[in-house]
Amino acid sequence: MSLKLTNESFDKVIEKLRKDYTVYAPRRFKDRGRFSDTDLIRYGEVSSVADIVWNEKSTFSPKEIIFPITQTIFRFTEEEYREPAIDDKKIIIFLRACDINGIRRLDTIFLKNGDDEDFYYKRLREKVKFVLIECQNSFDNCFCVSMNSNTTKDYSIAVCFGTNDALLEIKDNDLAEYFAGIGEKSNFKPEFVSENITKVTVPELKKMPDAIFTHEMWDEYKSRCIACGRCNTTCITCSCFSTDDIFYDESTNVGERRRTWAACHVDHFTDMAGGHEFRKDNAARMRFKTLHKVYDYNKRFGEQMCVGCGRCDDNCPEYISFSDCINKLNDII
Amino acid sequence: MCKNPLKPAPYKIISVRELTKDEWTFRIKVETTPIFGQFYEVSLPGIGEMPISTSGIGDKWIEMTIRNVGKVSSEVHKLKPGSTIFLRGPYGNGFNADDFKDKHVVVAAGGCGVSPVRPLIEYFYNNPDYVAEVDLLFGFKEPGVVLFKEDIGRWKKKFNTIVTVDQACGAWEGNCVGLITDYVKEIKMSEYQKMQIVIVGPPIMMKYTAEEFIKHGVPEEQIIVSMERRMSCGIGKCGHCKVDSCYVCIDGPVFYYSEAKKLID
Repeated sequence: MSLKLTNESFDKVIEKLRKDYTVYAPRRFKDRGRFSDTDLIRYGEVSSVADIVWNEKSTFSPKEIIFPITQTIFRFTEEEYREPAIDDKKIIIFLRACDINGIRRLDTIFLKNGDDEDFYYKRLREKVKFVLIECQNSFDNCFCVSMNSNTTKDYSIAVCFGTNDALLEIKDNDLAEYFAGIGEKSNFKPEFVSENITKVTVPELKKMPDAIFTHEMWDEYKSRCIACGRCNTTCITCSCFSTDDIFYDESTNVGERRRTWAACHVDHFTDMAGGHEFRKDNAARMRFKTLHKVYDYNKRFGEQMCVGCGRCDDNCPEYISFSDCINKLNDII
Repeated sequence: MCKNPLKPAPYKIISVRELTKDEWTFRIKVETTPIFGQFYEVSLPGIGEMPISTSGIGDKWIEMTIRNVGKVSSEVHKLKPGSTIFLRGPYGNGFNADDFKDKHVVVAAGGCGVSPVRPLIEYFYNNPDYVAEVDLLFGFKEPGVVLFKEDIGRWKKKFNTIVTVDQACGAWEGNCVGLITDYVKEIKMSEYQKMQIVIVGPPIMMKYTAEEFIKHGVPEEQIIVSMERRMSCGIGKCGHCKVDSCYVCIDGPVFYYSEAKKLID
Protein backbone atom coordinates (compact mmCIF):
# COMPACT_ATOMS: atom_id res chain seq x y z
CA MET A 1 0.00 0.00 0.00
CA SER A 2 1.33 3.44 -0.97
CA LEU A 3 0.05 6.78 0.27
CA LYS A 4 0.62 10.50 0.05
CA LEU A 5 0.28 12.28 3.40
CA THR A 6 0.45 15.90 4.37
CA ASN A 7 2.90 16.49 7.19
CA GLU A 8 -0.07 17.26 9.47
CA SER A 9 -1.61 13.87 8.73
CA PHE A 10 1.76 12.17 9.15
CA ASP A 11 2.08 13.84 12.55
CA LYS A 12 -1.25 12.29 13.56
CA VAL A 13 0.04 8.85 12.55
CA ILE A 14 3.25 9.38 14.53
CA GLU A 15 1.18 10.40 17.51
CA LYS A 16 -0.81 7.17 17.27
CA LEU A 17 2.34 5.10 16.75
CA ARG A 18 3.90 6.60 19.85
CA LYS A 19 1.29 4.90 22.01
CA ASP A 20 2.81 1.51 21.12
CA TYR A 21 6.25 2.40 19.82
CA THR A 22 9.17 4.58 20.77
CA VAL A 23 9.89 6.40 17.53
CA TYR A 24 13.52 7.25 16.76
CA ALA A 25 14.83 9.37 13.90
CA PRO A 26 17.77 11.68 13.19
CA ARG A 27 17.06 14.99 14.91
CA ARG A 28 18.80 18.31 15.36
CA PHE A 29 20.61 19.24 18.58
CA LYS A 30 21.14 22.98 18.29
CA ASP A 31 24.74 24.20 18.75
CA ARG A 32 25.90 20.79 19.88
CA GLY A 33 28.12 20.22 16.81
CA ARG A 34 31.87 19.69 16.90
CA PHE A 35 32.61 23.26 15.80
CA SER A 36 31.26 26.45 17.31
CA ASP A 37 27.77 27.44 16.14
CA THR A 38 27.17 24.15 14.40
CA ASP A 39 24.39 21.69 15.10
CA LEU A 40 24.66 18.00 15.82
CA ILE A 41 22.40 15.60 13.95
CA ARG A 42 21.99 12.37 15.85
CA TYR A 43 19.31 9.87 16.74
CA GLY A 44 16.69 10.72 19.32
CA GLU A 45 13.01 10.27 20.04
CA VAL A 46 10.73 12.23 17.71
CA SER A 47 7.07 13.19 17.97
CA SER A 48 6.47 14.95 14.65
CA VAL A 49 7.77 15.21 11.09
CA ALA A 50 9.29 18.58 11.97
CA ASP A 51 11.62 16.82 14.43
CA ILE A 52 13.05 14.57 11.72
CA VAL A 53 16.15 15.74 9.85
CA TRP A 54 15.71 13.95 6.52
CA ASN A 55 17.83 16.07 4.20
CA GLU A 56 21.18 15.79 6.01
CA LYS A 57 23.30 12.84 7.06
CA SER A 58 23.40 12.14 10.80
CA THR A 59 26.76 12.32 12.58
CA PHE A 60 26.08 9.18 14.57
CA SER A 61 24.38 6.07 13.27
CA PRO A 62 21.22 4.57 14.75
CA LYS A 63 23.19 1.66 16.26
CA GLU A 64 23.02 3.21 19.75
CA ILE A 65 19.28 2.41 19.88
CA ILE A 66 19.89 -1.35 19.84
CA PHE A 67 23.52 -1.32 21.04
CA PRO A 68 23.63 1.55 23.55
CA ILE A 69 26.87 3.48 24.13
CA THR A 70 26.71 2.38 27.75
CA GLN A 71 24.32 -0.31 28.87
CA THR A 72 23.79 -1.79 32.31
CA ILE A 73 23.95 -5.55 31.82
CA PHE A 74 23.70 -6.61 35.47
CA ARG A 75 22.89 -5.19 38.83
CA PHE A 76 24.70 -7.17 41.45
CA THR A 77 25.01 -7.81 45.13
CA GLU A 78 27.68 -10.03 46.63
CA GLU A 79 25.45 -13.04 46.01
CA GLU A 80 23.86 -12.56 42.62
CA TYR A 81 23.81 -10.89 39.22
CA ARG A 82 20.43 -9.75 37.88
CA GLU A 83 19.61 -8.39 34.42
CA PRO A 84 17.80 -5.03 34.47
CA ALA A 85 14.35 -5.03 32.91
CA ILE A 86 13.54 -3.04 29.77
CA ASP A 87 10.23 -1.46 28.85
CA ASP A 88 7.62 -3.27 26.76
CA LYS A 89 7.31 -0.60 24.09
CA LYS A 90 8.24 -1.60 20.57
CA ILE A 91 10.64 0.51 18.52
CA ILE A 92 10.43 2.28 15.17
CA ILE A 93 13.61 3.63 13.60
CA PHE A 94 13.70 6.03 10.63
CA LEU A 95 16.96 5.25 8.80
CA ARG A 96 18.66 5.03 5.42
CA ALA A 97 19.49 1.99 3.29
CA CYS A 98 23.16 1.97 4.32
CA ASP A 99 22.21 1.81 7.99
CA ILE A 100 19.65 -0.96 7.45
CA ASN A 101 22.42 -2.93 5.73
CA GLY A 102 24.77 -1.97 8.58
CA ILE A 103 22.38 -3.34 11.19
CA ARG A 104 22.46 -6.65 9.33
CA ARG A 105 26.23 -6.69 10.07
CA LEU A 106 25.51 -6.04 13.75
CA ASP A 107 22.97 -8.89 13.68
CA THR A 108 25.67 -11.16 12.29
CA ILE A 109 28.13 -10.40 15.09
CA PHE A 110 25.67 -10.34 17.99
CA LEU A 111 23.34 -13.16 16.91
CA LYS A 112 25.33 -15.43 14.61
CA ASN A 113 29.01 -15.31 15.58
CA GLY A 114 29.72 -18.28 17.84
CA ASP A 115 27.11 -20.56 19.41
CA ASP A 116 25.51 -17.95 21.67
CA GLU A 117 23.14 -15.13 20.86
CA ASP A 118 23.73 -11.88 22.70
CA PHE A 119 20.88 -11.53 25.17
CA TYR A 120 20.97 -7.71 25.40
CA TYR A 121 21.20 -7.05 21.69
CA LYS A 122 18.51 -9.57 20.88
CA ARG A 123 15.93 -8.25 23.33
CA LEU A 124 16.16 -4.75 21.82
CA ARG A 125 16.59 -5.85 18.21
CA GLU A 126 13.45 -8.02 18.29
CA LYS A 127 11.34 -4.96 19.02
CA VAL A 128 12.54 -2.95 16.02
CA LYS A 129 10.72 -2.05 12.81
CA PHE A 130 12.52 -0.06 10.12
CA VAL A 131 11.19 2.99 8.30
CA LEU A 132 13.43 3.56 5.30
CA ILE A 133 14.24 7.20 4.58
CA GLU A 134 14.67 7.54 0.82
CA CYS A 135 17.95 9.30 -0.01
CA GLN A 136 16.98 11.96 -2.51
CA ASN A 137 20.65 12.60 -3.19
CA SER A 138 24.00 11.18 -2.21
CA PHE A 139 25.78 13.07 0.58
CA ASP A 140 29.44 14.03 1.08
CA ASN A 141 31.75 11.02 1.47
CA CYS A 142 29.00 8.44 0.81
CA PHE A 143 30.15 5.40 -1.13
CA CYS A 144 27.26 3.00 -0.54
CA VAL A 145 26.98 2.09 -4.23
CA SER A 146 30.53 0.71 -4.28
CA MET A 147 29.73 -1.35 -1.16
CA ASN A 148 26.41 -2.67 -2.59
CA SER A 149 24.52 -1.22 0.37
CA ASN A 150 22.63 1.52 -1.46
CA THR A 151 19.49 -0.61 -1.73
CA THR A 152 17.40 -2.70 0.66
CA LYS A 153 14.10 -4.56 0.82
CA ASP A 154 14.27 -4.90 4.59
CA TYR A 155 11.83 -2.23 5.75
CA SER A 156 8.28 -2.00 7.10
CA ILE A 157 7.64 1.44 5.66
CA ALA A 158 9.55 3.52 3.11
CA VAL A 159 9.18 7.28 3.12
CA CYS A 160 10.15 10.09 0.79
CA PHE A 161 9.92 13.33 2.77
CA GLY A 162 8.98 16.64 1.15
CA THR A 163 8.58 20.16 2.44
CA ASN A 164 4.83 19.86 3.01
CA ASP A 165 4.01 16.24 2.44
CA ALA A 166 5.47 12.77 2.35
CA LEU A 167 5.12 9.72 0.10
CA LEU A 168 4.97 6.36 1.82
CA GLU A 169 5.03 2.70 0.95
CA ILE A 170 3.65 0.57 3.79
CA LYS A 171 4.61 -3.11 3.59
CA ASP A 172 3.93 -4.12 7.18
CA ASN A 173 0.33 -5.05 7.98
CA ASP A 174 0.82 -4.35 11.68
CA LEU A 175 1.63 -0.76 10.84
CA ALA A 176 -0.96 -0.34 8.03
CA GLU A 177 -3.77 0.02 10.58
CA TYR A 178 -2.22 3.22 11.92
CA PHE A 179 -2.78 4.76 8.47
CA ALA A 180 -6.47 3.75 8.16
CA GLY A 181 -8.51 6.54 6.60
CA ILE A 182 -5.54 8.89 6.35
CA GLY A 183 -3.94 10.37 3.20
CA GLU A 184 -4.53 9.59 -0.46
CA LYS A 185 -3.43 6.63 -2.55
CA SER A 186 -0.20 6.88 -4.50
CA ASN A 187 2.10 4.66 -6.55
CA PHE A 188 5.16 5.41 -4.47
CA LYS A 189 8.06 2.94 -4.39
CA PRO A 190 11.33 4.15 -2.92
CA GLU A 191 14.18 4.93 -5.25
CA PHE A 192 17.77 4.35 -4.30
CA VAL A 193 20.92 6.33 -4.90
CA SER A 194 22.60 4.78 -7.94
CA GLU A 195 25.79 6.81 -8.05
CA ASN A 196 28.02 8.49 -5.45
CA ILE A 197 30.71 11.07 -6.11
CA THR A 198 33.07 8.98 -3.97
CA LYS A 199 33.78 5.56 -5.42
CA VAL A 200 35.90 2.77 -4.04
CA THR A 201 37.19 -0.46 -5.47
CA VAL A 202 37.44 -3.15 -2.84
CA PRO A 203 40.16 -5.70 -3.59
CA GLU A 204 38.50 -9.08 -4.08
CA LEU A 205 40.76 -11.81 -2.82
CA LYS A 206 40.61 -14.90 -0.67
CA LYS A 207 43.95 -14.40 1.08
CA MET A 208 45.51 -11.04 1.89
CA PRO A 209 49.24 -11.27 1.07
CA ASP A 210 51.40 -11.12 4.23
CA ALA A 211 53.31 -8.21 2.71
CA ILE A 212 50.17 -6.02 2.98
CA PHE A 213 50.22 -6.29 6.79
CA THR A 214 53.63 -4.63 6.95
CA HIS A 215 53.30 -2.48 3.82
CA GLU A 216 54.51 1.11 3.94
CA MET A 217 51.05 2.35 2.86
CA TRP A 218 50.01 2.22 6.54
CA ASP A 219 52.88 4.50 7.63
CA GLU A 220 51.03 7.69 6.71
CA TYR A 221 48.51 6.95 9.46
CA LYS A 222 51.14 6.43 12.13
CA SER A 223 51.12 9.97 13.49
CA ARG A 224 48.29 11.41 11.42
CA CYS A 225 45.78 9.17 13.18
CA ILE A 226 45.45 10.44 16.75
CA ALA A 227 43.63 7.32 17.99
CA CYS A 228 40.51 9.26 18.98
CA GLY A 229 38.17 6.52 17.77
CA ARG A 230 35.62 8.83 16.12
CA CYS A 231 35.65 6.57 13.05
CA ASN A 232 34.71 3.64 15.31
CA THR A 233 32.01 5.42 17.30
CA THR A 234 30.24 6.89 14.27
CA CYS A 235 30.47 3.67 12.24
CA ILE A 236 27.18 1.78 11.94
CA THR A 237 29.05 -1.56 11.84
CA CYS A 238 31.61 -1.19 14.66
CA SER A 239 30.33 -3.53 17.35
CA CYS A 240 33.17 -3.89 19.90
CA PHE A 241 32.59 -3.31 23.58
CA SER A 242 34.30 -3.51 26.96
CA THR A 243 32.80 -4.37 30.31
CA ASP A 244 33.25 -2.43 33.54
CA ASP A 245 31.92 -2.82 37.05
CA ILE A 246 31.02 0.01 39.39
CA PHE A 247 29.88 0.09 43.00
CA TYR A 248 26.99 2.40 43.84
CA ASP A 249 28.32 2.61 47.34
CA GLU A 250 31.58 1.08 48.58
CA SER A 251 30.08 0.05 51.89
CA THR A 252 27.21 -2.06 50.56
CA ASN A 253 28.94 -4.00 47.76
CA VAL A 254 25.98 -3.27 45.50
CA GLY A 255 26.58 -2.02 42.01
CA GLU A 256 26.30 -2.73 38.33
CA ARG A 257 28.19 -4.22 35.40
CA ARG A 258 28.16 -2.04 32.31
CA ARG A 259 28.96 -2.67 28.70
CA THR A 260 30.45 0.31 26.85
CA TRP A 261 31.48 0.82 23.23
CA ALA A 262 35.14 0.01 22.65
CA ALA A 263 37.22 1.09 19.67
CA CYS A 264 40.14 -0.68 18.00
CA HIS A 265 41.78 2.70 17.24
CA VAL A 266 41.80 3.79 20.88
CA ASP A 267 44.61 2.97 23.36
CA HIS A 268 44.26 -0.09 25.60
CA PHE A 269 41.98 -2.02 23.20
CA THR A 270 44.34 -5.01 23.18
CA ASP A 271 46.00 -4.55 26.61
CA MET A 272 46.30 -7.63 28.76
CA ALA A 273 46.97 -7.81 32.49
CA GLY A 274 50.72 -7.68 32.96
CA GLY A 275 51.18 -5.01 30.30
CA HIS A 276 51.31 -6.83 26.95
CA GLU A 277 49.71 -4.85 24.12
CA PHE A 278 49.27 -6.15 20.57
CA ARG A 279 48.84 -3.02 18.41
CA LYS A 280 50.71 -0.10 19.91
CA ASP A 281 51.07 2.01 16.84
CA ASN A 282 48.26 3.85 15.11
CA ALA A 283 49.33 2.65 11.67
CA ALA A 284 48.76 -0.96 12.77
CA ARG A 285 45.35 0.04 14.15
CA MET A 286 44.38 1.63 10.81
CA ARG A 287 45.50 -1.54 9.04
CA PHE A 288 43.53 -3.71 11.51
CA LYS A 289 40.32 -1.71 11.05
CA THR A 290 40.64 -1.41 7.28
CA LEU A 291 41.22 -5.12 6.77
CA HIS A 292 38.31 -5.94 9.10
CA LYS A 293 35.94 -3.69 7.19
CA VAL A 294 36.94 -4.75 3.67
CA TYR A 295 38.62 -8.15 3.99
CA ASP A 296 38.45 -10.45 7.02
CA TYR A 297 34.79 -9.93 7.97
CA ASN A 298 33.95 -10.93 4.40
CA LYS A 299 36.23 -13.96 4.67
CA ARG A 300 34.29 -15.11 7.75
CA PHE A 301 30.72 -14.09 6.94
CA GLY A 302 30.51 -13.71 3.15
CA GLU A 303 29.81 -10.00 2.78
CA GLN A 304 31.92 -6.88 3.30
CA MET A 305 31.47 -5.22 6.67
CA CYS A 306 31.79 -1.60 5.52
CA VAL A 307 28.53 -0.23 4.10
CA GLY A 308 30.04 3.00 2.74
CA CYS A 309 28.04 5.44 4.91
CA GLY A 310 31.16 7.64 4.98
CA ARG A 311 30.65 8.79 8.58
CA CYS A 312 34.27 7.91 9.43
CA ASP A 313 35.38 10.39 6.78
CA ASP A 314 32.81 12.99 7.84
CA ASN A 315 34.10 12.95 11.40
CA CYS A 316 37.84 12.31 11.34
CA PRO A 317 39.54 15.33 12.97
CA GLU A 318 42.65 14.59 10.89
CA TYR A 319 40.66 14.40 7.64
CA ILE A 320 41.77 10.83 7.01
CA SER A 321 39.72 9.39 4.18
CA PHE A 322 38.79 5.75 4.59
CA SER A 323 37.58 5.58 1.00
CA ASP A 324 41.01 6.77 -0.18
CA CYS A 325 42.60 4.14 2.04
CA ILE A 326 40.51 1.37 0.46
CA ASN A 327 41.45 2.60 -3.01
CA LYS A 328 45.15 2.75 -2.06
CA LEU A 329 44.95 -0.80 -0.78
CA ASN A 330 43.35 -1.88 -4.04
CA ASP A 331 46.01 -0.09 -6.10
CA ILE A 332 48.78 -1.93 -4.25
CA ILE A 333 47.10 -5.29 -4.70
CA MET B 1 13.22 -15.06 27.74
CA CYS B 2 16.27 -16.69 26.14
CA LYS B 3 19.23 -17.64 28.31
CA ASN B 4 21.88 -15.06 29.00
CA PRO B 5 25.37 -16.44 28.30
CA LEU B 6 26.99 -13.45 30.03
CA LYS B 7 25.39 -14.25 33.40
CA PRO B 8 27.98 -15.63 35.85
CA ALA B 9 27.06 -18.35 38.34
CA PRO B 10 28.41 -18.68 41.90
CA TYR B 11 30.84 -21.47 42.82
CA LYS B 12 32.74 -22.34 46.01
CA ILE B 13 36.49 -22.30 46.39
CA ILE B 14 37.64 -25.59 47.90
CA SER B 15 41.31 -24.77 48.46
CA VAL B 16 44.02 -22.24 47.69
CA ARG B 17 47.63 -23.32 47.11
CA GLU B 18 50.48 -20.81 46.88
CA LEU B 19 52.86 -22.01 44.15
CA THR B 20 54.99 -18.87 44.19
CA LYS B 21 54.60 -15.44 45.74
CA ASP B 22 52.27 -14.32 42.92
CA GLU B 23 50.95 -17.52 41.40
CA TRP B 24 48.27 -19.33 43.36
CA THR B 25 46.14 -22.29 42.41
CA PHE B 26 42.45 -22.10 43.30
CA ARG B 27 40.47 -25.33 43.37
CA ILE B 28 36.78 -24.70 42.66
CA LYS B 29 33.82 -27.05 43.03
CA VAL B 30 31.94 -27.46 39.72
CA GLU B 31 29.29 -29.82 38.41
CA THR B 32 30.48 -30.32 34.84
CA THR B 33 34.11 -30.47 33.78
CA PRO B 34 35.66 -28.75 30.75
CA ILE B 35 37.71 -30.12 27.85
CA PHE B 36 41.47 -29.75 28.39
CA GLY B 37 42.60 -26.36 27.12
CA GLN B 38 39.26 -24.55 27.55
CA PHE B 39 38.92 -21.45 29.70
CA TYR B 40 36.41 -19.68 31.95
CA GLU B 41 35.53 -16.07 32.52
CA VAL B 42 36.16 -15.47 36.22
CA SER B 43 33.82 -12.81 37.53
CA LEU B 44 33.85 -10.77 40.72
CA PRO B 45 30.96 -8.37 41.35
CA GLY B 46 32.26 -4.81 41.42
CA ILE B 47 35.70 -5.74 40.10
CA GLY B 48 35.17 -7.30 36.69
CA GLU B 49 35.96 -10.34 34.64
CA MET B 50 39.06 -12.10 33.28
CA PRO B 51 39.62 -15.17 31.11
CA ILE B 52 41.52 -17.96 32.90
CA SER B 53 42.38 -21.43 31.65
CA THR B 54 42.01 -24.55 33.79
CA SER B 55 45.26 -25.85 35.25
CA GLY B 56 43.68 -28.91 36.79
CA ILE B 57 40.55 -30.95 36.18
CA GLY B 58 39.23 -33.55 38.61
CA ASP B 59 36.02 -35.17 39.76
CA LYS B 60 33.62 -32.23 40.26
CA TRP B 61 36.42 -29.71 40.61
CA ILE B 62 38.62 -27.56 38.43
CA GLU B 63 41.78 -25.66 39.28
CA MET B 64 42.86 -22.27 38.02
CA THR B 65 46.37 -20.99 38.53
CA ILE B 66 46.13 -17.23 38.73
CA ARG B 67 49.01 -14.75 38.72
CA ASN B 68 48.42 -11.65 40.79
CA VAL B 69 48.96 -9.19 37.96
CA GLY B 70 45.81 -7.17 37.28
CA LYS B 71 42.65 -5.65 38.69
CA VAL B 72 40.61 -8.86 38.93
CA SER B 73 43.45 -11.27 39.72
CA SER B 74 44.59 -9.18 42.69
CA GLU B 75 41.08 -9.38 44.13
CA VAL B 76 40.87 -13.12 43.48
CA HIS B 77 44.04 -13.47 45.57
CA LYS B 78 42.06 -12.15 48.55
CA LEU B 79 39.63 -15.08 48.36
CA LYS B 80 39.89 -17.97 50.82
CA PRO B 81 38.67 -21.57 50.90
CA GLY B 82 34.90 -21.36 51.25
CA SER B 83 34.66 -18.02 49.42
CA THR B 84 32.28 -17.61 46.50
CA ILE B 85 33.77 -17.05 43.07
CA PHE B 86 31.65 -16.39 39.98
CA LEU B 87 32.35 -18.14 36.69
CA ARG B 88 30.90 -18.49 33.22
CA GLY B 89 32.06 -20.99 30.68
CA PRO B 90 33.85 -23.19 29.81
CA TYR B 91 34.68 -21.46 26.55
CA GLY B 92 36.86 -22.13 23.53
CA ASN B 93 37.74 -25.23 21.58
CA GLY B 94 40.30 -26.95 23.84
CA PHE B 95 42.72 -29.64 22.74
CA ASN B 96 41.58 -32.40 20.40
CA ALA B 97 42.24 -35.77 22.06
CA ASP B 98 42.68 -37.53 18.69
CA ASP B 99 45.75 -35.42 17.96
CA PHE B 100 47.69 -37.23 20.70
CA LYS B 101 46.61 -40.86 20.30
CA ASP B 102 49.68 -43.09 19.87
CA LYS B 103 51.87 -40.05 19.18
CA HIS B 104 55.26 -39.02 20.47
CA VAL B 105 54.08 -35.92 22.32
CA VAL B 106 56.39 -33.05 23.19
CA VAL B 107 54.94 -30.37 25.48
CA ALA B 108 56.92 -27.13 25.54
CA ALA B 109 55.53 -24.59 27.98
CA GLY B 110 56.82 -21.29 29.26
CA GLY B 111 55.84 -19.60 32.54
CA CYS B 112 52.06 -19.43 33.08
CA GLY B 113 51.76 -21.44 29.86
CA VAL B 114 52.27 -24.59 31.94
CA SER B 115 48.77 -24.10 33.44
CA PRO B 116 46.63 -24.94 30.39
CA VAL B 117 48.76 -28.01 29.52
CA ARG B 118 48.90 -29.41 33.07
CA PRO B 119 45.62 -31.38 32.79
CA LEU B 120 46.87 -32.81 29.50
CA ILE B 121 50.17 -33.94 31.05
CA GLU B 122 48.31 -35.40 34.05
CA TYR B 123 46.17 -37.38 31.65
CA PHE B 124 49.26 -38.79 29.90
CA TYR B 125 50.78 -39.51 33.32
CA ASN B 126 47.74 -41.52 34.38
CA ASN B 127 47.14 -43.10 30.95
CA PRO B 128 50.63 -43.68 29.54
CA ASP B 129 49.31 -46.16 26.96
CA TYR B 130 47.31 -43.41 25.26
CA VAL B 131 50.50 -41.93 23.82
CA ALA B 132 53.69 -43.47 22.40
CA GLU B 133 56.14 -41.27 24.26
CA VAL B 134 56.15 -37.94 26.14
CA ASP B 135 58.84 -35.29 26.46
CA LEU B 136 58.34 -32.23 28.63
CA LEU B 137 60.20 -28.99 28.18
CA PHE B 138 59.49 -26.18 30.64
CA GLY B 139 60.95 -22.70 30.73
CA PHE B 140 60.67 -20.13 33.52
CA LYS B 141 62.22 -16.73 34.11
CA GLU B 142 64.11 -17.68 37.27
CA PRO B 143 64.16 -20.44 39.89
CA GLY B 144 61.79 -18.52 42.18
CA VAL B 145 58.91 -18.63 39.67
CA VAL B 146 59.03 -22.30 38.70
CA LEU B 147 55.41 -23.52 38.81
CA PHE B 148 54.11 -26.97 39.78
CA LYS B 149 57.46 -28.11 41.23
CA GLU B 150 55.93 -31.17 42.92
CA ASP B 151 54.11 -32.19 39.74
CA ILE B 152 57.22 -31.76 37.64
CA GLY B 153 59.13 -33.90 40.14
CA ARG B 154 56.53 -36.63 39.71
CA TRP B 155 56.34 -36.31 35.91
CA LYS B 156 60.13 -36.54 35.71
CA LYS B 157 59.99 -40.13 36.92
CA LYS B 158 57.88 -41.18 33.95
CA PHE B 159 58.78 -38.73 31.18
CA ASN B 160 61.96 -37.17 29.86
CA THR B 161 61.69 -33.69 31.42
CA ILE B 162 63.83 -30.60 30.89
CA VAL B 163 63.34 -27.55 33.12
CA THR B 164 65.23 -24.43 32.16
CA VAL B 165 65.35 -20.94 33.61
CA ASP B 166 66.32 -17.81 31.67
CA GLN B 167 68.59 -16.73 34.49
CA ALA B 168 69.78 -18.61 37.54
CA CYS B 169 70.78 -16.63 40.56
CA GLY B 170 71.29 -18.63 43.72
CA ALA B 171 70.39 -22.26 44.15
CA TRP B 172 68.87 -23.95 41.11
CA GLU B 173 68.37 -27.66 41.17
CA GLY B 174 66.90 -27.79 37.61
CA ASN B 175 68.74 -29.02 34.58
CA CYS B 176 69.43 -26.02 32.49
CA VAL B 177 69.88 -22.31 32.13
CA GLY B 178 68.77 -20.61 28.91
CA LEU B 179 65.73 -20.24 26.68
CA ILE B 180 63.44 -23.16 25.77
CA THR B 181 64.47 -22.79 22.14
CA ASP B 182 68.05 -23.74 23.06
CA TYR B 183 66.92 -27.12 24.39
CA VAL B 184 64.67 -28.30 21.55
CA LYS B 185 67.73 -30.02 20.04
CA GLU B 186 68.11 -32.09 23.24
CA ILE B 187 64.87 -33.90 22.46
CA LYS B 188 65.24 -37.16 20.61
CA MET B 189 62.89 -36.73 17.67
CA SER B 190 60.83 -39.62 16.28
CA GLU B 191 59.86 -39.92 12.65
CA TYR B 192 57.98 -36.71 12.04
CA GLN B 193 54.68 -38.52 11.29
CA LYS B 194 54.65 -39.72 14.87
CA MET B 195 55.34 -36.36 16.50
CA GLN B 196 52.77 -34.10 18.13
CA ILE B 197 54.09 -30.88 19.61
CA VAL B 198 52.19 -28.60 22.02
CA ILE B 199 53.62 -25.14 22.70
CA VAL B 200 52.10 -22.71 25.18
CA GLY B 201 53.67 -19.52 26.44
CA PRO B 202 54.23 -15.88 25.53
CA PRO B 203 53.70 -15.11 21.78
CA ILE B 204 57.40 -14.72 21.01
CA MET B 205 58.33 -17.95 22.81
CA MET B 206 55.67 -19.89 20.88
CA LYS B 207 56.86 -18.51 17.55
CA TYR B 208 60.57 -19.30 18.02
CA THR B 209 59.97 -22.66 19.67
CA ALA B 210 57.68 -23.68 16.79
CA GLU B 211 60.29 -22.57 14.26
CA GLU B 212 62.85 -24.70 16.09
CA PHE B 213 60.69 -27.84 15.79
CA ILE B 214 60.02 -27.05 12.13
CA LYS B 215 63.82 -26.96 11.60
CA HIS B 216 63.86 -30.49 12.98
CA GLY B 217 61.37 -31.58 10.34
CA VAL B 218 58.09 -31.43 12.29
CA PRO B 219 55.26 -30.22 9.99
CA GLU B 220 53.36 -27.09 11.07
CA GLU B 221 50.10 -29.07 11.22
CA GLN B 222 51.57 -31.22 14.00
CA ILE B 223 52.40 -28.26 16.22
CA ILE B 224 49.63 -26.96 18.48
CA VAL B 225 49.71 -23.60 20.22
CA SER B 226 47.31 -21.97 22.67
CA MET B 227 46.88 -18.21 22.33
CA GLU B 228 46.05 -15.55 24.85
CA ARG B 229 44.33 -12.25 24.08
CA ARG B 230 42.37 -9.58 25.86
CA MET B 231 38.74 -10.69 26.05
CA SER B 232 35.66 -9.03 27.41
CA CYS B 233 32.90 -11.51 26.59
CA GLY B 234 34.42 -14.91 25.69
CA ILE B 235 31.56 -15.65 23.28
CA GLY B 236 32.54 -13.93 20.02
CA LYS B 237 30.85 -10.54 20.45
CA CYS B 238 33.14 -7.98 22.08
CA GLY B 239 35.82 -8.03 19.36
CA HIS B 240 38.90 -7.62 21.58
CA CYS B 241 40.42 -11.02 20.74
CA LYS B 242 39.80 -10.92 16.98
CA VAL B 243 42.88 -11.52 14.84
CA ASP B 244 42.32 -11.57 11.08
CA SER B 245 39.05 -13.48 10.67
CA CYS B 246 39.60 -15.53 13.85
CA TYR B 247 38.04 -14.97 17.23
CA VAL B 248 40.48 -16.47 19.75
CA CYS B 249 37.63 -17.05 22.26
CA ILE B 250 35.47 -19.22 20.00
CA ASP B 251 37.82 -20.46 17.25
CA GLY B 252 40.70 -20.93 19.72
CA PRO B 253 42.44 -20.60 22.07
CA VAL B 254 44.01 -23.78 20.63
CA PHE B 255 45.27 -23.49 17.05
CA TYR B 256 47.48 -25.53 14.76
CA TYR B 257 50.63 -23.57 14.10
CA SER B 258 49.89 -23.74 10.37
CA GLU B 259 46.89 -21.44 11.08
CA ALA B 260 48.31 -19.51 14.01
CA LYS B 261 51.37 -18.30 12.13
CA LYS B 262 49.11 -16.58 9.58
CA LEU B 263 47.33 -14.58 12.27
CA ILE B 264 48.86 -11.12 12.33
CA ASP B 265 47.49 -8.93 15.12
